[in-house]
Amino acid sequence: MSGRLIRAVAPSGAPVRFLIDGAEASACAGDSVLVAVLTARDALRQHEFSDTRRAGFCLMGACQDCWVWLADHSRVRACTTTIAEGMHVLTRAPQGAYQP
Amino acid sequence: MIKVAIVGAGPAGIAAADLLAAHGVAPVVIDEGRRPGGQIYRQPREGLALDIAALLGSEADNYRRTHATFAHLRDRVDYRPQTLAWGIEDRTLHTVCGTTAATLDFDALLLATGATDRTLPIQGWTLPGVFTLGGAQVLLKEHGCLIGRRIVFCGSSPLLYLAAKQCRAMGAEIVAVLDTTPFAAKVAAARDLMAVPGMFARGLGYIAALRRVGVALHDGVTLRAFEGARGVEAVRFRDRRGAEVTLRCDAVAFGFGLKPETQLAELAGAELRYDATFRQWLPHADADGRCGSNVYVAGDGATVGGAQAAALTGMLAGCALLDDFKIAVRGVDRPRLRRQVQRLRRFQRGLARAFAWPAGIMAELDDAVMVCRCEGIIAGELRAALRADFGPTEVNRLKAITRCGMGRCQGRFCGLAAVELTAQALNVPLENVGRLRMQPPVKPIPIAISS
Repeated sequence: MSGRLIRAVAPSGAPVRFLIDGAEASACAGDSVLVAVLTARDALRQHEFSDTRRAGFCLMGACQDCWVWLADHSRVRACTTTIAEGMHVLTRAPQGAYQP
Repeated sequence: MIKVAIVGAGPAGIAAADLLAAHGVAPVVIDEGRRPGGQIYRQPREGLALDIAALLGSEADNYRRTHATFAHLRDRVDYRPQTLAWGIEDRTLHTVCGTTAATLDFDALLLATGATDRTLPIQGWTLPGVFTLGGAQVLLKEHGCLIGRRIVFCGSSPLLYLAAKQCRAMGAEIVAVLDTTPFAAKVAAARDLMAVPGMFARGLGYIAALRRVGVALHDGVTLRAFEGARGVEAVRFRDRRGAEVTLRCDAVAFGFGLKPETQLAELAGAELRYDATFRQWLPHADADGRCGSNVYVAGDGATVGGAQAAALTGMLAGCALLDDFKIAVRGVDRPRLRRQVQRLRRFQRGLARAFAWPAGIMAELDDAVMVCRCEGIIAGELRAALRADFGPTEVNRLKAITRCGMGRCQGRFCGLAAVELTAQALNVPLENVGRLRMQPPVKPIPIAISS
Protein backbone atom coordinates (compact mmCIF):
# COMPACT_ATOMS: atom_id res chain seq x y z
CA MET A 1 0.00 0.00 0.00
CA SER A 2 1.55 3.29 -0.99
CA GLY A 3 1.54 6.46 1.02
CA ARG A 4 -0.82 9.35 0.59
CA LEU A 5 1.48 12.20 1.63
CA ILE A 6 4.54 13.06 -0.42
CA ARG A 7 7.77 14.19 1.19
CA ALA A 8 8.78 17.22 -0.87
CA VAL A 9 11.79 17.78 1.36
CA ALA A 10 13.86 14.77 2.39
CA PRO A 11 13.73 14.55 6.19
CA SER A 12 17.02 14.43 8.07
CA GLY A 13 15.72 12.74 11.22
CA ALA A 14 16.88 9.27 12.23
CA PRO A 15 14.63 6.40 11.14
CA VAL A 16 11.93 5.44 13.62
CA ARG A 17 10.41 1.97 13.55
CA PHE A 18 6.78 1.66 14.55
CA LEU A 19 3.77 -0.58 13.88
CA ILE A 20 0.51 -0.02 12.02
CA ASP A 21 -2.05 -2.73 12.88
CA GLY A 22 0.79 -5.09 13.69
CA ALA A 23 2.72 -4.46 10.47
CA GLU A 24 6.17 -2.91 10.62
CA ALA A 25 6.57 0.58 9.23
CA SER A 26 9.26 3.18 9.17
CA ALA A 27 9.12 6.93 9.73
CA CYS A 28 11.54 9.74 10.55
CA ALA A 29 12.26 11.29 13.93
CA GLY A 30 10.18 14.46 14.17
CA ASP A 31 7.27 13.10 12.12
CA SER A 32 3.82 13.47 13.59
CA VAL A 33 1.87 10.22 13.91
CA LEU A 34 -0.24 11.48 11.00
CA VAL A 35 2.77 12.06 8.75
CA ALA A 36 4.31 8.75 9.82
CA VAL A 37 1.18 6.74 8.96
CA LEU A 38 0.14 8.67 5.85
CA THR A 39 3.54 8.50 4.18
CA ALA A 40 3.21 4.70 4.49
CA ARG A 41 -0.54 4.22 4.02
CA ASP A 42 -3.40 5.94 2.20
CA ALA A 43 -5.68 6.34 5.23
CA LEU A 44 -5.37 6.83 8.95
CA ARG A 45 -8.36 5.22 10.52
CA GLN A 46 -11.84 3.81 10.20
CA HIS A 47 -14.60 6.19 11.34
CA GLU A 48 -16.48 4.85 14.39
CA PHE A 49 -20.00 5.69 13.27
CA SER A 50 -19.97 5.08 9.54
CA ASP A 51 -18.25 2.99 6.89
CA THR A 52 -16.01 5.90 5.87
CA ARG A 53 -12.23 5.90 6.11
CA ARG A 54 -10.48 9.04 7.31
CA ALA A 55 -7.05 10.56 6.78
CA GLY A 56 -7.29 13.71 8.88
CA PHE A 57 -8.71 16.96 7.58
CA CYS A 58 -7.61 20.24 9.18
CA LEU A 59 -4.10 19.10 10.15
CA MET A 60 -3.96 21.74 12.90
CA GLY A 61 -5.64 20.17 15.91
CA ALA A 62 -9.11 21.63 15.36
CA CYS A 63 -11.27 19.07 13.51
CA GLN A 64 -10.33 16.08 15.72
CA ASP A 65 -10.72 13.75 12.73
CA CYS A 66 -7.33 12.10 13.20
CA TRP A 67 -7.62 10.52 16.67
CA VAL A 68 -6.18 7.01 16.49
CA TRP A 69 -5.89 4.20 18.98
CA LEU A 70 -2.62 2.83 20.24
CA ALA A 71 -2.23 -0.83 21.17
CA ASP A 72 -2.09 0.07 24.89
CA HIS A 73 -5.70 1.31 24.51
CA SER A 74 -4.74 4.96 24.78
CA ARG A 75 -5.70 7.41 22.06
CA VAL A 76 -3.74 10.21 20.43
CA ARG A 77 -4.52 13.04 18.04
CA ALA A 78 -2.28 12.05 15.15
CA CYS A 79 -1.57 15.54 13.77
CA THR A 80 -0.23 16.92 17.05
CA THR A 81 1.51 13.84 18.47
CA THR A 82 5.10 12.96 17.60
CA ILE A 83 5.83 9.39 16.48
CA ALA A 84 8.03 7.36 18.81
CA GLU A 85 10.10 4.23 18.36
CA GLY A 86 7.97 1.13 18.88
CA MET A 87 4.64 2.98 18.90
CA HIS A 88 1.83 0.67 17.79
CA VAL A 89 -0.89 2.58 15.91
CA LEU A 90 -4.27 0.95 15.31
CA THR A 91 -6.55 2.15 12.53
CA ARG A 92 -9.66 0.85 14.28
CA ALA A 93 -10.70 0.44 17.91
CA PRO A 94 -9.02 -2.52 19.63
CA GLN A 95 -11.26 -5.31 20.87
CA GLY A 96 -12.49 -4.74 24.39
CA ALA A 97 -11.55 -1.07 24.42
CA TYR A 98 -13.95 1.49 25.79
CA GLN A 99 -15.82 3.04 22.87
CA PRO A 100 -15.99 5.48 21.26
CA MET B 1 2.43 42.25 39.77
CA ILE B 2 -0.67 41.57 37.74
CA LYS B 3 -1.14 38.04 36.47
CA VAL B 4 -1.77 37.93 32.74
CA ALA B 5 -2.56 34.82 30.72
CA ILE B 6 -2.22 34.91 26.94
CA VAL B 7 -3.70 32.05 24.94
CA GLY B 8 -2.01 31.59 21.56
CA ALA B 9 1.55 32.11 20.35
CA GLY B 10 0.89 33.24 16.80
CA PRO B 11 1.58 36.79 15.60
CA ALA B 12 -1.10 38.32 17.86
CA GLY B 13 -0.08 36.48 21.04
CA ILE B 14 3.61 37.12 20.49
CA ALA B 15 3.11 40.85 19.80
CA ALA B 16 0.95 41.17 22.92
CA ALA B 17 3.46 39.29 25.07
CA ASP B 18 6.28 41.46 23.75
CA LEU B 19 4.45 44.67 24.55
CA LEU B 20 3.51 43.52 28.05
CA ALA B 21 7.04 42.30 28.82
CA ALA B 22 8.43 45.65 27.70
CA HIS B 23 6.22 47.23 30.37
CA GLY B 24 7.38 44.91 33.13
CA VAL B 25 4.44 42.53 32.99
CA ALA B 26 5.53 38.91 32.51
CA PRO B 27 2.62 36.97 31.00
CA VAL B 28 2.03 33.23 30.90
CA VAL B 29 1.78 32.22 27.22
CA ILE B 30 -0.22 29.07 26.63
CA ASP B 31 -0.07 27.53 23.18
CA GLU B 32 -1.13 24.26 21.63
CA GLY B 33 1.70 24.29 19.11
CA ARG B 34 4.93 22.39 19.53
CA ARG B 35 6.77 25.63 18.74
CA PRO B 36 5.62 29.26 18.57
CA GLY B 37 4.39 30.89 15.37
CA GLY B 38 0.76 29.85 15.16
CA GLN B 39 -0.49 28.53 11.82
CA ILE B 40 0.64 31.34 9.54
CA TYR B 41 4.20 31.41 10.88
CA ARG B 42 4.44 27.68 11.57
CA GLN B 43 8.11 26.71 11.73
CA PRO B 44 9.69 23.79 9.92
CA ARG B 45 10.38 21.03 12.41
CA GLU B 46 13.91 20.71 13.68
CA GLY B 47 16.41 19.54 11.10
CA LEU B 48 14.09 19.85 8.09
CA ALA B 49 15.97 21.39 5.16
CA LEU B 50 13.01 23.45 4.00
CA ASP B 51 13.68 26.94 2.64
CA ILE B 52 10.85 28.60 4.53
CA ALA B 53 11.85 32.08 3.34
CA ALA B 54 11.46 31.02 -0.29
CA LEU B 55 8.14 29.36 0.51
CA LEU B 56 6.73 32.41 2.30
CA GLY B 57 8.00 34.96 -0.23
CA SER B 58 6.94 38.46 0.74
CA GLU B 59 5.80 37.24 4.18
CA ALA B 60 9.31 35.99 5.02
CA ASP B 61 10.37 39.22 6.72
CA ASN B 62 7.34 39.18 9.00
CA TYR B 63 8.00 35.52 9.76
CA ARG B 64 11.60 36.24 10.74
CA ARG B 65 10.63 39.30 12.80
CA THR B 66 7.94 37.40 14.71
CA HIS B 67 10.29 34.56 15.59
CA ALA B 68 13.12 36.93 16.49
CA THR B 69 10.73 38.77 18.81
CA PHE B 70 9.78 35.53 20.48
CA ALA B 71 13.38 34.34 20.84
CA HIS B 72 14.22 37.63 22.54
CA LEU B 73 11.15 37.25 24.75
CA ARG B 74 11.53 33.60 25.64
CA ASP B 75 13.21 34.09 29.05
CA ARG B 76 10.88 36.84 30.16
CA VAL B 77 7.59 34.97 29.75
CA ASP B 78 6.27 31.70 31.17
CA TYR B 79 5.87 29.87 27.83
CA ARG B 80 3.85 26.65 27.93
CA PRO B 81 3.83 24.89 24.55
CA GLN B 82 1.68 21.86 23.66
CA THR B 83 -0.78 23.05 26.27
CA LEU B 84 -4.52 23.30 25.74
CA ALA B 85 -6.60 25.92 27.55
CA TRP B 86 -9.90 24.05 27.74
CA GLY B 87 -12.06 25.95 30.19
CA ILE B 88 -12.50 29.17 32.12
CA GLU B 89 -14.11 29.59 35.51
CA ASP B 90 -14.26 33.13 36.90
CA ARG B 91 -10.58 34.16 36.92
CA THR B 92 -9.14 30.70 36.50
CA LEU B 93 -8.01 29.05 33.31
CA HIS B 94 -8.00 25.25 33.08
CA THR B 95 -5.20 23.75 31.05
CA VAL B 96 -3.92 20.33 30.14
CA CYS B 97 -0.54 19.32 28.74
CA GLY B 98 -0.42 15.67 27.75
CA THR B 99 -2.18 14.08 30.72
CA THR B 100 -1.12 16.73 33.23
CA ALA B 101 -3.80 19.19 34.25
CA ALA B 102 -3.19 22.61 35.75
CA THR B 103 -5.14 25.69 36.74
CA LEU B 104 -3.94 29.20 36.22
CA ASP B 105 -5.36 32.18 38.10
CA PHE B 106 -5.30 35.41 36.15
CA ASP B 107 -6.17 39.07 36.61
CA ALA B 108 -6.39 39.61 32.87
CA LEU B 109 -6.90 37.22 29.97
CA LEU B 110 -5.76 37.98 26.44
CA LEU B 111 -7.11 35.59 23.83
CA ALA B 112 -5.16 35.25 20.58
CA THR B 113 -6.64 31.94 19.53
CA GLY B 114 -6.48 32.39 15.75
CA ALA B 115 -8.75 30.76 13.22
CA THR B 116 -9.30 27.57 11.27
CA ASP B 117 -10.53 27.01 7.74
CA ARG B 118 -14.21 27.59 7.17
CA THR B 119 -15.57 24.61 5.27
CA LEU B 120 -18.92 23.29 4.21
CA PRO B 121 -20.23 19.81 3.54
CA ILE B 122 -19.82 18.59 -0.02
CA GLN B 123 -20.43 15.06 -1.22
CA GLY B 124 -17.21 13.12 -0.56
CA TRP B 125 -15.59 15.67 1.76
CA THR B 126 -14.71 12.97 4.29
CA LEU B 127 -12.72 10.95 1.73
CA PRO B 128 -9.03 10.41 2.50
CA GLY B 129 -7.07 12.96 0.46
CA VAL B 130 -9.49 15.84 1.03
CA PHE B 131 -7.89 18.36 3.37
CA THR B 132 -8.44 21.95 4.34
CA LEU B 133 -6.52 24.63 2.52
CA GLY B 134 -4.78 25.79 5.70
CA GLY B 135 -4.02 22.15 6.52
CA ALA B 136 -2.22 21.70 3.22
CA GLN B 137 -0.12 24.76 4.05
CA VAL B 138 0.84 23.84 7.62
CA LEU B 139 1.77 20.32 6.51
CA LEU B 140 4.13 21.83 3.96
CA LYS B 141 5.61 24.38 6.38
CA GLU B 142 6.14 22.06 9.34
CA HIS B 143 6.88 18.71 7.69
CA GLY B 144 7.81 19.57 4.11
CA CYS B 145 5.03 17.23 2.94
CA LEU B 146 2.52 17.63 0.12
CA ILE B 147 -1.04 16.33 0.47
CA GLY B 148 -0.67 14.52 -2.87
CA ARG B 149 0.92 14.60 -6.30
CA ARG B 150 -1.98 15.99 -8.33
CA ILE B 151 -3.97 18.50 -6.33
CA VAL B 152 -7.20 20.41 -6.99
CA PHE B 153 -7.54 23.62 -4.96
CA CYS B 154 -11.15 24.65 -4.52
CA GLY B 155 -13.58 26.72 -2.50
CA SER B 156 -13.35 30.46 -2.26
CA SER B 157 -10.44 32.10 -0.54
CA PRO B 158 -7.44 34.25 -1.41
CA LEU B 159 -5.38 31.41 0.08
CA LEU B 160 -6.37 29.17 -2.85
CA TYR B 161 -3.88 30.89 -5.11
CA LEU B 162 -1.13 31.27 -2.52
CA ALA B 163 -1.37 27.64 -1.38
CA ALA B 164 -1.45 26.41 -5.00
CA LYS B 165 1.63 28.47 -5.79
CA GLN B 166 3.45 27.11 -2.73
CA CYS B 167 2.57 23.48 -3.46
CA ARG B 168 3.59 23.88 -7.09
CA ALA B 169 6.93 25.33 -6.06
CA MET B 170 7.47 22.21 -3.93
CA GLY B 171 6.78 19.87 -6.83
CA ALA B 172 3.04 19.19 -6.88
CA GLU B 173 1.02 19.25 -10.07
CA ILE B 174 -1.82 21.76 -9.71
CA VAL B 175 -4.70 20.23 -11.64
CA ALA B 176 -6.86 23.34 -11.30
CA VAL B 177 -7.94 26.14 -8.96
CA LEU B 178 -11.73 26.27 -8.69
CA ASP B 179 -13.16 29.41 -7.14
CA THR B 180 -16.89 29.39 -6.39
CA THR B 181 -17.20 33.19 -6.40
CA PRO B 182 -17.84 34.83 -9.78
CA PHE B 183 -15.33 37.30 -11.17
CA ALA B 184 -17.90 40.13 -10.96
CA ALA B 185 -17.83 39.90 -7.16
CA LYS B 186 -14.09 40.54 -7.23
CA VAL B 187 -14.53 43.63 -9.36
CA ALA B 188 -17.23 44.87 -6.97
CA ALA B 189 -14.90 44.38 -4.01
CA ALA B 190 -11.97 46.18 -5.64
CA ARG B 191 -12.65 49.46 -3.85
CA ASP B 192 -12.24 47.88 -0.40
CA LEU B 193 -9.30 45.82 -1.60
CA MET B 194 -7.58 49.04 -2.63
CA ALA B 195 -7.46 49.97 1.08
CA VAL B 196 -4.18 48.01 1.09
CA PRO B 197 -2.88 48.33 -2.47
CA GLY B 198 0.29 46.31 -1.81
CA MET B 199 -1.61 43.23 -0.64
CA PHE B 200 -4.11 43.57 -3.47
CA ALA B 201 -1.27 43.67 -5.98
CA ARG B 202 0.40 40.65 -4.37
CA GLY B 203 -2.82 38.64 -4.59
CA LEU B 204 -3.24 39.51 -8.25
CA GLY B 205 0.40 38.52 -8.71
CA TYR B 206 -0.27 34.99 -7.37
CA ILE B 207 -3.13 34.57 -9.84
CA ALA B 208 -1.04 35.88 -12.74
CA ALA B 209 1.87 33.61 -11.82
CA LEU B 210 -0.35 30.50 -11.86
CA ARG B 211 -1.94 31.54 -15.14
CA ARG B 212 1.51 32.11 -16.68
CA VAL B 213 2.56 28.54 -16.01
CA GLY B 214 -0.67 27.21 -17.47
CA VAL B 215 -2.62 26.22 -14.35
CA ALA B 216 -6.36 26.04 -15.12
CA LEU B 217 -8.19 28.71 -13.13
CA HIS B 218 -11.98 28.72 -12.97
CA ASP B 219 -14.24 31.16 -11.16
CA GLY B 220 -17.97 31.16 -10.56
CA VAL B 221 -18.05 27.36 -10.32
CA THR B 222 -20.41 25.20 -8.27
CA LEU B 223 -18.70 22.33 -6.49
CA ARG B 224 -20.73 19.14 -6.91
CA ALA B 225 -18.70 16.29 -5.42
CA PHE B 226 -15.37 14.87 -4.42
CA GLU B 227 -15.41 11.39 -5.91
CA GLY B 228 -13.52 8.18 -5.24
CA ALA B 229 -13.83 4.80 -3.57
CA ARG B 230 -11.10 4.48 -0.94
CA GLY B 231 -9.77 8.00 -1.36
CA VAL B 232 -10.40 11.06 -3.49
CA GLU B 233 -9.91 10.42 -7.23
CA ALA B 234 -11.76 13.30 -8.86
CA VAL B 235 -13.56 16.61 -8.34
CA ARG B 236 -16.83 17.19 -10.13
CA PHE B 237 -18.08 20.75 -10.61
CA ARG B 238 -20.33 22.92 -12.78
CA ASP B 239 -18.40 25.63 -14.55
CA ARG B 240 -19.69 29.17 -14.87
CA ARG B 241 -21.47 28.32 -18.12
CA GLY B 242 -23.28 25.44 -16.45
CA ALA B 243 -21.28 22.58 -17.98
CA GLU B 244 -20.51 19.61 -15.73
CA VAL B 245 -16.74 18.94 -15.54
CA THR B 246 -14.81 16.15 -13.81
CA LEU B 247 -11.10 16.52 -13.06
CA ARG B 248 -8.97 13.62 -11.91
CA CYS B 249 -6.65 14.18 -8.95
CA ASP B 250 -5.26 12.41 -5.88
CA ALA B 251 -5.74 15.24 -3.38
CA VAL B 252 -8.04 18.18 -2.72
CA ALA B 253 -7.40 21.29 -0.64
CA PHE B 254 -10.53 23.28 0.06
CA GLY B 255 -11.79 26.12 2.18
CA PHE B 256 -14.00 29.18 2.23
CA GLY B 257 -12.03 31.76 4.15
CA LEU B 258 -11.42 31.46 7.85
CA LYS B 259 -13.49 30.86 10.96
CA PRO B 260 -12.28 32.53 14.17
CA GLU B 261 -11.75 30.28 17.19
CA THR B 262 -14.17 32.10 19.50
CA GLN B 263 -14.83 29.31 21.99
CA LEU B 264 -12.69 30.62 24.85
CA ALA B 265 -13.91 34.21 24.32
CA GLU B 266 -17.45 32.91 24.70
CA LEU B 267 -16.56 31.03 27.89
CA ALA B 268 -14.86 34.19 29.21
CA GLY B 269 -18.15 36.03 28.88
CA ALA B 270 -17.74 37.88 25.59
CA GLU B 271 -20.92 38.64 23.72
CA LEU B 272 -20.96 37.05 20.27
CA ARG B 273 -22.65 39.09 17.57
CA TYR B 274 -23.65 38.15 14.06
CA ASP B 275 -21.56 39.77 11.33
CA ALA B 276 -23.37 39.98 8.01
CA THR B 277 -20.21 40.35 5.89
CA PHE B 278 -18.46 37.29 7.30
CA ARG B 279 -21.77 35.46 7.89
CA GLN B 280 -20.59 34.29 11.29
CA TRP B 281 -20.67 35.25 14.96
CA LEU B 282 -17.74 37.23 16.35
CA PRO B 283 -16.83 38.43 19.85
CA HIS B 284 -18.08 41.96 20.37
CA ALA B 285 -15.08 44.08 21.31
CA ASP B 286 -14.09 47.74 21.32
CA ALA B 287 -11.51 49.08 18.85
CA ASP B 288 -8.66 47.88 21.07
CA GLY B 289 -10.00 44.38 21.74
CA ARG B 290 -11.75 44.73 25.12
CA CYS B 291 -14.55 42.17 25.12
CA GLY B 292 -15.37 41.81 28.80
CA SER B 293 -14.10 42.65 32.23
CA ASN B 294 -10.30 42.31 31.88
CA VAL B 295 -10.76 40.04 28.87
CA TYR B 296 -9.23 40.98 25.54
CA VAL B 297 -9.24 39.47 22.04
CA ALA B 298 -6.68 39.98 19.30
CA GLY B 299 -5.78 38.58 15.90
CA ASP B 300 -7.90 36.35 13.70
CA GLY B 301 -9.63 34.94 16.77
CA ALA B 302 -11.24 38.36 17.22
CA THR B 303 -12.11 38.94 13.59
CA VAL B 304 -10.33 37.72 10.50
CA GLY B 305 -7.76 40.33 9.54
CA GLY B 306 -4.60 38.49 8.53
CA ALA B 307 -1.16 38.21 10.13
CA GLN B 308 -0.26 41.90 10.02
CA ALA B 309 -3.51 42.95 11.63
CA ALA B 310 -3.00 40.16 14.17
CA ALA B 311 0.31 41.63 15.37
CA LEU B 312 -1.11 45.16 15.48
CA THR B 313 -4.26 44.11 17.35
CA GLY B 314 -2.08 42.12 19.75
CA MET B 315 -0.27 45.34 20.59
CA LEU B 316 -3.50 47.32 20.90
CA ALA B 317 -5.03 44.72 23.20
CA GLY B 318 -1.86 44.74 25.30
CA CYS B 319 -2.08 48.54 25.57
CA ALA B 320 -5.74 48.35 26.58
CA LEU B 321 -4.85 45.83 29.27
CA LEU B 322 -2.08 48.09 30.62
CA ASP B 323 -4.48 51.06 30.63
CA ASP B 324 -7.05 49.08 32.60
CA PHE B 325 -4.44 48.25 35.24
CA LYS B 326 -3.18 51.85 35.38
CA ILE B 327 0.21 51.05 33.91
CA ALA B 328 1.47 53.90 31.71
CA VAL B 329 1.99 52.85 28.09
CA ARG B 330 5.21 54.12 26.54
CA GLY B 331 6.39 54.30 22.96
CA VAL B 332 3.25 53.18 21.14
CA ASP B 333 1.49 55.40 18.61
CA ARG B 334 -1.97 54.02 19.15
CA PRO B 335 -3.92 56.28 16.78
CA ARG B 336 -1.58 55.15 14.02
CA LEU B 337 -1.99 51.45 14.94
CA ARG B 338 -5.77 51.83 14.96
CA ARG B 339 -5.73 53.45 11.52
CA GLN B 340 -3.59 50.61 10.15
CA VAL B 341 -5.89 47.99 11.67
CA GLN B 342 -8.91 49.76 10.24
CA ARG B 343 -7.37 49.69 6.78
CA LEU B 344 -6.39 46.02 7.03
CA ARG B 345 -9.85 45.05 8.25
CA ARG B 346 -11.49 46.99 5.46
CA PHE B 347 -9.31 44.99 3.09
CA GLN B 348 -10.49 41.75 4.75
CA ARG B 349 -14.11 42.81 4.33
CA GLY B 350 -13.31 43.28 0.66
CA LEU B 351 -11.85 39.78 0.59
CA ALA B 352 -14.96 38.38 2.29
CA ARG B 353 -16.99 39.69 -0.66
CA ALA B 354 -14.46 38.82 -3.35
CA PHE B 355 -14.26 35.26 -1.95
CA ALA B 356 -17.77 34.76 -0.64
CA TRP B 357 -19.31 31.93 1.35
CA PRO B 358 -21.52 30.11 -1.21
CA ALA B 359 -24.66 30.16 0.90
CA GLY B 360 -26.87 28.88 -1.93
CA ILE B 361 -24.95 25.63 -2.30
CA MET B 362 -26.53 24.28 0.89
CA ALA B 363 -30.00 24.28 -0.70
CA GLU B 364 -28.66 21.84 -3.33
CA LEU B 365 -26.96 19.62 -0.76
CA ASP B 366 -28.01 15.99 -1.23
CA ASP B 367 -29.74 14.38 1.76
CA ALA B 368 -27.12 11.62 1.85
CA VAL B 369 -24.16 13.95 2.41
CA MET B 370 -22.57 13.82 5.86
CA VAL B 371 -22.79 17.23 7.53
CA CYS B 372 -21.30 16.35 10.92
CA ARG B 373 -18.04 14.50 10.28
CA CYS B 374 -17.57 13.52 13.92
CA GLU B 375 -20.93 11.93 14.63
CA GLY B 376 -21.71 10.91 11.06
CA ILE B 377 -24.97 12.87 10.75
CA ILE B 378 -26.30 13.35 7.21
CA ALA B 379 -28.21 16.30 5.77
CA GLY B 380 -31.38 14.22 5.44
CA GLU B 381 -31.46 13.57 9.20
CA LEU B 382 -31.17 17.29 9.88
CA ARG B 383 -33.87 18.17 7.39
CA ALA B 384 -36.19 15.50 8.79
CA ALA B 385 -35.72 16.87 12.31
CA LEU B 386 -36.37 20.39 11.07
CA ARG B 387 -39.55 19.34 9.23
CA ALA B 388 -41.02 17.44 12.16
CA ASP B 389 -44.03 18.82 14.07
CA PHE B 390 -42.82 21.12 16.82
CA GLY B 391 -39.35 20.78 15.33
CA PRO B 392 -36.41 22.94 16.37
CA THR B 393 -36.52 26.65 15.64
CA GLU B 394 -32.89 27.27 16.51
CA VAL B 395 -29.68 25.39 15.98
CA ASN B 396 -28.90 24.25 19.56
CA ARG B 397 -32.20 22.40 19.68
CA LEU B 398 -31.33 20.79 16.35
CA LYS B 399 -28.03 19.68 17.90
CA ALA B 400 -29.81 18.17 20.91
CA ILE B 401 -32.15 16.18 18.67
CA THR B 402 -29.70 15.02 16.00
CA ARG B 403 -26.24 15.10 17.71
CA CYS B 404 -24.97 17.31 14.85
CA GLY B 405 -22.23 19.43 16.44
CA MET B 406 -22.02 17.25 19.53
CA GLY B 407 -18.89 15.36 18.50
CA ARG B 408 -15.22 15.84 19.16
CA CYS B 409 -14.83 19.04 17.13
CA GLN B 410 -17.78 20.61 18.96
CA GLY B 411 -19.33 22.01 15.81
CA ARG B 412 -16.23 23.76 14.50
CA PHE B 413 -16.65 22.16 11.08
CA CYS B 414 -20.40 21.55 10.85
CA GLY B 415 -21.84 24.39 12.94
CA LEU B 416 -22.16 26.95 10.17
CA ALA B 417 -23.62 24.36 7.79
CA ALA B 418 -26.19 23.38 10.43
CA VAL B 419 -27.09 27.05 10.80
CA GLU B 420 -27.51 27.47 7.03
CA LEU B 421 -29.70 24.34 6.78
CA THR B 422 -31.85 25.48 9.70
CA ALA B 423 -32.32 28.98 8.26
CA GLN B 424 -33.28 27.47 4.90
CA ALA B 425 -35.73 24.98 6.37
CA LEU B 426 -37.41 27.65 8.47
CA ASN B 427 -37.09 30.29 5.75
CA VAL B 428 -35.72 32.90 8.15
CA PRO B 429 -32.52 35.00 8.12
CA LEU B 430 -29.35 33.27 9.31
CA GLU B 431 -28.98 35.34 12.48
CA ASN B 432 -32.42 34.26 13.68
CA VAL B 433 -31.51 30.60 14.14
CA GLY B 434 -28.57 31.34 16.44
CA ARG B 435 -25.21 29.62 16.69
CA LEU B 436 -23.99 26.54 18.47
CA ARG B 437 -23.23 27.50 22.07
CA MET B 438 -19.89 26.44 23.52
CA GLN B 439 -19.18 24.64 26.73
CA PRO B 440 -15.97 23.32 28.27
CA PRO B 441 -13.90 21.42 27.39
CA VAL B 442 -13.43 23.31 24.11
CA LYS B 443 -11.42 20.37 22.75
CA PRO B 444 -11.20 16.72 23.88
CA ILE B 445 -9.28 16.14 27.10
CA PRO B 446 -8.30 12.78 28.60
CA ILE B 447 -10.67 11.37 31.21
CA ALA B 448 -7.67 10.37 33.34
CA ILE B 449 -5.59 13.44 34.03
CA SER B 450 -3.28 14.11 36.93
CA SER B 451 -2.27 17.38 38.49
